[in-house]
Amino acid sequence: MEEYTLKPGQIGDPLNRVDGRLKVTGGARYAAEYNLPGITFGVLTTSTITKGRIRAIDTKAAEKAPGVLAVVTHKNSPKVPGYNAGTDNEGSRVYGQEFRVFYDDRIYYNNQPVALVIADTLERATYAASLVSVTYNEDKHQTNIKTQTEKAIKPERPEDYARGEANAYKKAPVRIEQDYHTPIHVHNPMEPHAATAVWETNDKVIVYNKAQGVKLAQKDIMKSFDLKAENVRIHSPFVGGAFGSSSRIWPQEMAAILGAKHVGRPVKVVLKRDQVFNMVGYRPRSIQKVGLGATADGKLIGVTHEAMGLTSTYEQFTERIVHPTKSLYSSPNLNAVYKLVPLDLSTPCWTRGPGESSGSFALESAMDELAYALNMDPLTLRLKNFADKDPENDKPWSSNFLKTCYEQGAERFGWSKRNPKPRSMRAGDMLVGMGMSAGIYKAERAPASARAKLLADGSLVVQSAAADVGPGTYTIMTQIAADTMGLPVGKVRFELGDSSFPQAPPQYGSHTTASVGSAVHDVCVALKQRLQELAINKQGSALYQASADDLVFADNAIRLKGRSNGVTYTEILKLNNLPELEVTKESKSGPEKETFSTKSFCATFIEVHVHPATGMVQVKRVVSAVDAGKIMNLKTARSQVLGSTIWGIGMALMEEGVIDHRFGRYMNKDLAEYHVPVCADTPDIDVILIDKPDPIVSPTGAKGIGEIGMVGFAAAVANAVYHATGKRIRELPITPDKLV
Amino acid sequence: MINFRYVRPTTRQACVTALVSDPTAQFIAGGTNLIDLMKRGVTAPEKVVDINALTLRSIDKQGSGIRIGALALNSAVADHPMIRQQQPLLTQALNAGASAQIRNMATMGGNMLQRTRCHYFYDTALPCNKREPGSGCGALEGFNRIHAIFGTSDRDPKTACIAVHPSDMCVALVALDATVLVTGPNGERRIPFVDFHRLPGNTPERDTNLERGELILAIDVPDNAFARHTHYLKVRDRNSYAFALVSVAAALDLSNSTIRDARLAMGGVAHKPWRLLDAEKALVGKPATEATFRQAADIAMQGAKAFEHNAFKIRMAPSSIVEALKTAARPA
Ligand SMILES: Cc1cc2nc3c(=O)[nH]c(=O)nc-3n(C[C@H](O)[C@H](O)[C@H](O)COP(=O)(O)OP(=O)(O)OC[C@H]3O[C@@H](n4cnc5c(N)ncnc54)[C@H](O)[C@@H]3O)c2cc1C
Repeated sequence: MEEYTLKPGQIGDPLNRVDGRLKVTGGARYAAEYNLPGITFGVLTTSTITKGRIRAIDTKAAEKAPGVLAVVTHKNSPKVPGYNAGTDNEGSRVYGQEFRVFYDDRIYYNNQPVALVIADTLERATYAASLVSVTYNEDKHQTNIKTQTEKAIKPERPEDYARGEANAYKKAPVRIEQDYHTPIHVHNPMEPHAATAVWETNDKVIVYNKAQGVKLAQKDIMKSFDLKAENVRIHSPFVGGAFGSSSRIWPQEMAAILGAKHVGRPVKVVLKRDQVFNMVGYRPRSIQKVGLGATADGKLIGVTHEAMGLTSTYEQFTERIVHPTKSLYSSPNLNAVYKLVPLDLSTPCWTRGPGESSGSFALESAMDELAYALNMDPLTLRLKNFADKDPENDKPWSSNFLKTCYEQGAERFGWSKRNPKPRSMRAGDMLVGMGMSAGIYKAERAPASARAKLLADGSLVVQSAAADVGPGTYTIMTQIAADTMGLPVGKVRFELGDSSFPQAPPQYGSHTTASVGSAVHDVCVALKQRLQELAINKQGSALYQASADDLVFADNAIRLKGRSNGVTYTEILKLNNLPELEVTKESKSGPEKETFSTKSFCATFIEVHVHPATGMVQVKRVVSAVDAGKIMNLKTARSQVLGSTIWGIGMALMEEGVIDHRFGRYMNKDLAEYHVPVCADTPDIDVILIDKPDPIVSPTGAKGIGEIGMVGFAAAVANAVYHATGKRIRELPITPDKLV
Repeated sequence: MINFRYVRPTTRQACVTALVSDPTAQFIAGGTNLIDLMKRGVTAPEKVVDINALTLRSIDKQGSGIRIGALALNSAVADHPMIRQQQPLLTQALNAGASAQIRNMATMGGNMLQRTRCHYFYDTALPCNKREPGSGCGALEGFNRIHAIFGTSDRDPKTACIAVHPSDMCVALVALDATVLVTGPNGERRIPFVDFHRLPGNTPERDTNLERGELILAIDVPDNAFARHTHYLKVRDRNSYAFALVSVAAALDLSNSTIRDARLAMGGVAHKPWRLLDAEKALVGKPATEATFRQAADIAMQGAKAFEHNAFKIRMAPSSIVEALKTAARPA
């Protein structure tokens, strides 16, 4: 790695989170913490059947309970004009009719909201919600994709793809064909979803929620209630984890807004943990088939990936499950097919590495199986099939350091010490296994705007309607602004999470740094330009009539190169009689981006120990090498990979939302039974950041790092488990029962 | 959760009276199980009788054993020098349970009376004969991965129950021949630990043989010669903070490498902590070898019966027994 020394706060510096102190002292306010004057508490009563109609709903007992203000149901709910607008799918991210809260008597999924009980305290609302009594006309439901595969449909927005000949793998000298299954994952952020709504006037609403995109939330609510942008305000400055689950408006927002309209007071709705399982999306279960065919020396000649996902009966949620397959390896022949099975469940939604995480489990497990069929090292096989350009579209990569990831990862891990024979390595009683995988994830950049305000005291405020759901956006944007402006980080305040700020894309798809970071960079460049003009055009300025080429920006000032004389930013404002200086700028990529394929890459190396008597698996070592372009902050970037790794361990070994299909209800709807890794499951994690700027994706050189670490991860663990035990587990999670 | 009255009597008698006088009343100790169940609507006491004002926290030498107060915290017991030296199996089992935070709240009595983690018991929208007698057993033909393989009630749908008792601590205590001291409306009595918990039979709503109003005062653990050779093995879906799929408490008294005496019990397999008396007998007098342990495991598994999702326990349990015995037999 290139040696360079960083100044504190400079781009790349592992600056501590600027909002860290607020978070650990309780100073950061989350969606459920806005105790506005006159606040009331709404608790949802939910359906206990999976499909059918409400026959009768008796709210009398609840209404009479102490402290209750109202009970909102489909019978008395304020109307939502947007719900009747029909299915307008133009531009909507999910095809179909969104779930309509308190709209009619229909039940589409179990634990669906049927009433909102509003009371003066949370406890009273909770109790009264248990008094709402509902009877149903129940219809037969289906929630099990495994028994419904013949109902699979081609989605309205297909992801299918082909190059060369279909199913060419079948004719290859060496081939494998296998089925792989991944379960439902529930995002389960620590902070349960919450929304507080206030109608300021009859047609002006403020919502405090947790949102990955305040502008998106604003748009959804504008559309639902037929309101103008200035009459819908979304506040979401802090988000306690989201992972995709706050990327659209859900029942808690709608219920709070409708409840607040009904009682004429602010209403707060916080989902209970079991409601988080049903109401805010989840990663859908997948059934996949992968066929790989290669020459005897390991060149892929045919790849087939058939994937099936589940969706609700009212919407078609599609994800990028076959995307890694299209681009990761060069194979002249490739066909990918993706189908959906509509079931009586709520609509799934994007979940960290949405599609890529599940799809890569199948692809990267299959690559390992092919390596064994070829009697070839799995890393060698991957290197042999490295794609020099993106085989999906023949475009050159904007940057691709996957080979460097392989090389540095293998070196750090000690891959060469691996004896490829399954069950050949031991540590005491434990079976030792080593596995690896590759990952690919889109590196996108969306148009974004930022506003920069230089204040009279020389401090800078930068605003953009971005989100920080945990990755450290506050910190990185502060760094980019400080670095670009030549200001110490202490002089910069970055603000986000307010729909009144300049437009920013939502925080998903790992493109905040490339998009908003570019806007912050560009607005600061524009601000510098303005300052420079003011400094050289103003009589009395030490830089009056200086040549722009001779100037440098550093330490709160513009100076002549190599000289100490110059003017500070404060002086420039003062000289020009300006109380402050504000610039807003939109930033987007140029047309040249379209001529490149832009992706992040990673290679993951895993060592597991498997206890032969009990089947318990311990991930002992992780080396994750990531090419995410230029690293903005070594610490927050590394933390993103740590987070992906830990979730990857959960995905590989324990996470699964289990439904009893007879009832359509989740079995493990709490954090005691829905297992995510704890400290005892979390090993030494070695993160290698290749840290090479991408010249195309963004002016800062950043690609994206939020999700790439999960792509392929579960397969690396499964491959290591195979190496340890000789057992190939093709259905996640790899729990002890599958290994004894 | 319903509104409830809260009382905190200061004498044992007053606690018992407070409970007996109200048919829905329940004791509360650490609250780590009761409060969860109240929030989920699984239980709805109109009166909660807090017993924490009682002096039942001590851990003392008592005759030829140790007496542990019912309110002693799980963490305090696990860390107590006397327990660690003389009853290490209990320390191991306690530390395998829950999390450090929960063990700092959880009491001995509460741990014994914690309810099953059966999914159907926890969800009031689903049938459960334990929660609502006569409503059916959701698990019998449902998702029964964590359920019992021994001593189940599975014939009559109105009384069927295949739930397991979730405690780790109790597996050690049943192996260690503990006795439970209780007081109640009819005075004090002692209950051998093996008889404390029940099989579901046709009253799955009853977890134990405690009578209504009875209050646990203490647990007596007799001295033994096992301290050098014990092991608590817990197989679970993650490496901490998960209930046992299967667990084994093993204690051996070895002379050279001959087994002089043995204790063996399993968790996660039955409606009660599952003592393996026949397997113990098969161990005594034999050499401490893998062959001996396998034989004991075979005996232990007699009568096991699996359901749709828990057949793996029939493989996992015997290999875990062998593993636990092997580990226990290693030189201390
Ligand atoms: C997330 C989670 C994970 C857990 N994991 C594990 C695990 O892995 N292994 C494990 O063994 N346990 C586990 N537990 C359970 C934990 O051990 C119990 O919750 C705890 O031991 C209960 O003790 P308590 O004092 O809090 O009981 P409480 O909740 O106060 O009471 C439980 C019951 O006991 C009754 N009771 C309490 N004391 C007395 C008394 N002296 N006399 C008569 N009745 C009494 C109460 O009336 C109540 O019915 C877990 C719990 C949680 C929440």
